[in-house]
Amino acid sequence: MSADVAGALSYWLRRLGGGVTGAIGQLGYSTRFLLAVLWQTPAAFRRIHLTLREVYFAGVLSLVIILMSGLFVGMVLSLQGYETLKRYGADEQLGILVALALVRELGPVIAGLLFASRAGSAITAEIGLMKTTEQLAAMEMMAVNPIARVVAPRFWGGVISMPLLAALFSAFGIFGGYVVGVRLIGIDAGAYWGQMHAGVDFWPDVTNGIIKSFVFGAAVSLIAVFEGFDAKPTAEGVASATTRTVVISSLAILALDFVMTVFMFRGAR
Amino acid sequence: MSPTVKPPASRAPAGIATWRVEPEAAAVELADVTFGYDARPVLKGITMTIPRGKIVAIMGASGSGKTTILRLIGGQLRPQSGTIRVGGLSVPDLDPEALYHLRRKYGMLFQFGALFTDMSVFENIAFPMREHTELPEELIRDLVLMKLQAVGLRGAAHLMPAELSGGMARRVALARAIALDPMLVMYDEPFAGLDPISLGVVGQLIRRLNDALSITSVVVTHDVYESLKIVDYLYFVSEGRIVASGTPQEVRASSDAFVRQFVDGAPDGPVPFHYPAPSYRDELFADVR
Repeated sequence: MSADVAGALSYWLRRLGGGVTGAIGQLGYSTRFLLAVLWQTPAAFRRIHLTLREVYFAGVLSLVIILMSGLFVGMVLSLQGYETLKRYGADEQLGILVALALVRELGPVIAGLLFASRAGSAITAEIGLMKTTEQLAAMEMMAVNPIARVVAPRFWGGVISMPLLAALFSAFGIFGGYVVGVRLIGIDAGAYWGQMHAGVDFWPDVTNGIIKSFVFGAAVSLIAVFEGFDAKPTAEGVASATTRTVVISSLAILALDFVMTVFMFRGAR
Repeated sequence: MSPTVKPPASRAPAGIATWRVEPEAAAVELADVTFGYDARPVLKGITMTIPRGKIVAIMGASGSGKTTILRLIGGQLRPQSGTIRVGGLSVPDLDPEALYHLRRKYGMLFQFGALFTDMSVFENIAFPMREHTELPEELIRDLVLMKLQAVGLRGAAHLMPAELSGGMARRVALARAIALDPMLVMYDEPFAGLDPISLGVVGQLIRRLNDALSITSVVVTHDVYESLKIVDYLYFVSEGRIVASGTPQEVRASSDAFVRQFVDGAPDGPVPFHYPAPSYRDELFADVR
């Protein structure tokens, strides 16, 4: 083996090793970070107004995009569903199709993706900028724990907001489906609501959707606060942390959705 | 309801006696402190004493390790060796709870103020009071206005940090740093980027507040002219070592090459103009050969 080949091999092995150990280190650091957030949660909840403020920023201010998206997704779902169901003479089943698709999957998943893009990126950018401008260091020097004062309220604000946003997304989607299916296409309103009432169970359909949205909320919020806290204190560092939040959160939502779906709906029907 | 400052001694964590500040000890003592990031040494055996009630400047070129000294005193970094004592307490040996308790006696002015951008000037100064005391809101209001009056910005209480000039932000940060009447105030480049008027105002405020509140001040700066006007003692740091020290009079009269370069603002000297590099001639003619 020539010296050049040996050198190149050694270089790539070093890079691979560095990448693997870096990833393991980051995983350990993020786990410790999560434990620190949970440890500081009682202190954060003692001043509940901090968490409620974050519910407002992450949840209430995301309402427009969530409701509008829900409405349009429901409308499209209704159009596409009707075209398919009509072929089998089952167009009156439209209500159940729209409701199950939204409550089980699309509600939690799309609301989660939108939440990651809108609120997750904002949380990362805010914490990253606080780090860059030494606001977190100033807090530490004032003997105020930034995990308790800044991170935990934002984490829990996201965790609380996400199931509510997903529920509203599904509700508006079902309404959008109603507008297109009943008002525009002309399906019987009684059939639309009646099939939905008969075919959608609170357990497992609605409950599992709520569990999914709660898990997505926790995952996105953790990724957002961690990336912000871990961001390099430069403009470029904050920008890349914000991008990472959206990318990692989106992939995490889709991967978690698959895993949870396997366990939740295996043999359910 | 009588106002109380928390935590009072009776409610302090167990073992408080072991980390209570000694009133007679020097405010800050560093002995043979070394520190580095990975293999890169930053401080190489720093020894300095900062007496109570004095203003001491730590001067040096950018990257010489000045701010690292402040971070070590603040307990944000741990030294690789040596001792750091604040009020008789060994800072690196304090557990997190004790360290946070000690930091309540600190005030720190960051280079660009580090004001909380989502809070008004008033809220910024009230922040440490609300976090660490159970004072009634009326008293907090009065205290905040007193602090703002001391820095001449009572009229700016309602402004947001984004509406302040650099000098005003620095003064607000100074008011916040003294909000809890600290024992020790650390200033990280307090004069950087200020216009001459703001520079003079901030310099005089540091001196006045130090004397009026009987606090101890550590000023990290590279502004020789302003520092010589207000400080009691100066340490010069270069490449992680203390290379000179003295009172302002001694510094002015010094013939030490480093001090002279610093005071005179000479571009070349013990601190070289050029970053270490191979021979200029060799590099230019490398292709010719």
